[in-house]
Amino acid sequence: MEKGLEDNPQKVILMEPQLEDSLLIKRYVSGDEKALEALIDKHNRRLSSFIYSKVRNQSITEDIFQDTFIKVIKTLRKGAYNEEGKFLPWIMRIAHNLIIDHFRKSNRMPMFEGADTFNLFALMGDEKLDAERQIIKDQIDSDLIVLVGELPEEQKEVLVMRIYKNMSFKEISENTGVSINTALGRMRYALINLRKIIQENDIVLTN
Amino acid sequence: MDKPYFEEQSYCTLIKTKLETVRFLQDYSKSLQMMKIENLHFETHLN
Repeated sequence: MEKGLEDNPQKVILMEPQLEDSLLIKRYVSGDEKALEALIDKHNRRLSSFIYSKVRNQSITEDIFQDTFIKVIKTLRKGAYNEEGKFLPWIMRIAHNLIIDHFRKSNRMPMFEGADTFNLFALMGDEKLDAERQIIKDQIDSDLIVLVGELPEEQKEVLVMRIYKNMSFKEISENTGVSINTALGRMRYALINLRKIIQENDIVLTN
Repeated sequence: MDKPYFEEQSYCTLIKTKLETVRFLQDYSKSLQMMKIENLHFETHLN
């Protein structure tokens, strides 16, 4: 049995009583790198499992674990750590903050994981119309101009000012010398008449 | 007949980080040098 332990140094380490965090920290700060290894080993399972329970991803867990201990190393080496027997809650707090940072970042920059149903081109959508749709739109616009030309003069005047010149009804009433209500009424009749012409002539205006 | 209760499911997974991560941290610690000049800490990494 003893021979077996000597043959396997890993087992010998495991059989050693676990040293207090405060002692390991003191050793590490005074230059003993093995103490860091012991600290990491001592809290590895607990910290990793804690991180994993939140992020549910092995590689992200590795990253956050690494960042946590980088912060720990820097703080210890600066001599900025006050030992109050609370090493584990302290590293858990660091990990917790890093987990929050991770979720904040991933909200800002959503990650798209590759999948069969995933279509990259859906994300790269261009707001501009393609050539075919542009031709159809131009055709509709020109058809509409012809249809508007069929309207009575007062209705045409209001519709053109409202739709093509983007004027308010107040401005239209000032320009045409009629009340706002009259302008609104003319606009309403212009639209009714346009619909009527479109229906009567079986015109299709779609893009 | 349908089971009236859900089967208990454990969401607690015990894991450990990879040895590579631990080694990286050890190497990081060995390479890190801290210098304090007039209350300012400077970090350097030795190759």
